Amino acid sequence: MVMKYTEEHEWLRVDGDVVVVGITEHAAEQLGDVVFVELPEVETQVAKGDDCAVIESVKAASDILAPIDGEIVAINEKLVDNPALVNEDPLGAAWFFKMKVDDLSVLDSYMDEDAYKDLIG
Amino acid sequence: MADLKTTVFHDLHRELGAKMVPFAGYDMPVQYPMGVLKEHLHTRSDAGLFDVSHMGQVILRPRSGRVEDAALALESLVPVDVLGLPPGRQRYAMFTNDAGGIEDDLMVANRGDHLFVVVNASRKEVDVAHMQARLSDRVEVVPVTDRALLALQGPKAEAALEALVPGVQAMTFMDVAVLPWKGVDLWISRSGYTGEDGYEISVPNADAVAFARALLAQPGVAPIGLGARDSLRLEAGMCLYGHDIDEATSPVEANLTWAIQKARRSGGARAGGFPGAGRILGELTNGAPRRRVGLRPEGRAPMREGTVIFAGPEGGQPIGTITSGGFGPSIEGPMAMAYLPSNLTEGATVWAEVRGKRLPAVIAPMPFQPTSYKR
Repeated sequence: MVMKYTEEHEWLRVDGDVVVVGITEHAAEQLGDVVFVELPEVETQVAKGDDCAVIESVKAASDILAPIDGEIVAINEKLVDNPALVNEDPLGAAWFFKMKVDDLSVLDSYMDEDAYKDLIG
Repeated sequence: MADLKTTVFHDLHRELGAKMVPFAGYDMPVQYPMGVLKEHLHTRSDAGLFDVSHMGQVILRPRSGRVEDAALALESLVPVDVLGLPPGRQRYAMFTNDAGGIEDDLMVANRGDHLFVVVNASRKEVDVAHMQARLSDRVEVVPVTDRALLALQGPKAEAALEALVPGVQAMTFMDVAVLPWKGVDLWISRSGYTGEDGYEISVPNADAVAFARALLAQPGVAPIGLGARDSLRLEAGMCLYGHDIDEATSPVEANLTWAIQKARRSGGARAGGFPGAGRILGELTNGAPRRRVGLRPEGRAPMREGTVIFAGPEGGQPIGTITSGGFGPSIEGPMAMAYLPSNLTEGATVWAEVRGKRLPAVIAPMPFQPTSYKR
């Protein structure tokens, strides 16, 4: 499975015909202990750049932006009950939502792992 | 960043892996590798060591040699009974202004032949200038610049400090004492800003790092940053100057009437005689139109400083604003302080606008987390 990364420190993973979205380990570490997660509703249509989830750490609130145009088809309710999962397993169990997109080729424009590692130094 | 001041512990913070941030003109540790949440919980379960050397330490030495004269002089700036403060004791006070607002909050200790005050970092220059301008005829105002200040807080603080400084165990909440450590005089108070039992310790700069290392070597003692300091004090219902209290908030509005003893109230032995006495004494009698209250959001979403409060779930004008808010690791939920109309009392539901949505919160008693002082 190919992982792609955004400049907003989100990761995107293609899983069949949906794109799974989460935040990177670097982002989780920078945020600190996550204490609250608010997720979008399933079947919401979002456009790239829309605020579609909220993540709050002990320090501050941040928005999770929709990385691409599409429809939210699944959300990870576990994060709502256990926000600390974001710090424990940001790349795995702590996915935020899954999106259905019309054209998966838009992912090509995002960074691969090496490019993202260069970004965060 | 070049202009930031540092405390004597700067290298130690780095060695301990602290993330440093600017705070009140100082480069200070906001957290260590443990992280804010665990540091908070560690302080409540074990003991936390805080560098608070950025705060202002000031000696008020009476020119007459009688500490009572320093107490009476200071009483001209604070609505607090300083004269009635016995030697070896400390109490909370606030500098008021002519409009009845709060210029800063502070601790004042009677050290036998002089007073010792500790003021906020962000206000220390202003406070020292204020005291020098208003008290210098009766008191020599001496900023202490050669000493660091540490806070050791939590249930294991007593054993940790007693191991190094025999005698601290016998102190009770708000006692102050001068006790030796390796021949160095430590100025110790049994107090803090977390709601836990603990101590605040003034130590000469030259010995400060060795002393901090000796404390960190004691069982259960971990370094704690400003992030956890903030969530700990908020759970304890304590005000942060510049946020929960400021030049415009009166002590009565701020719900700090417990800090204004009888002697300074109407009918008391030394009623009034402090800046803003007209407003403050009037509010003590008649109440203030708004009050600082605790809020417990009903959901999990934290309500941060600046969040606007409404009386109902829709429409209407704002009725108040949150002045501090966040997540309480020990109470495992969000908490906030806000100024709200005084007719709203504990148990009332109000609505806070968070990201465009009105969310319910209930006015709740403070502290949110029970305190554990050694009385």
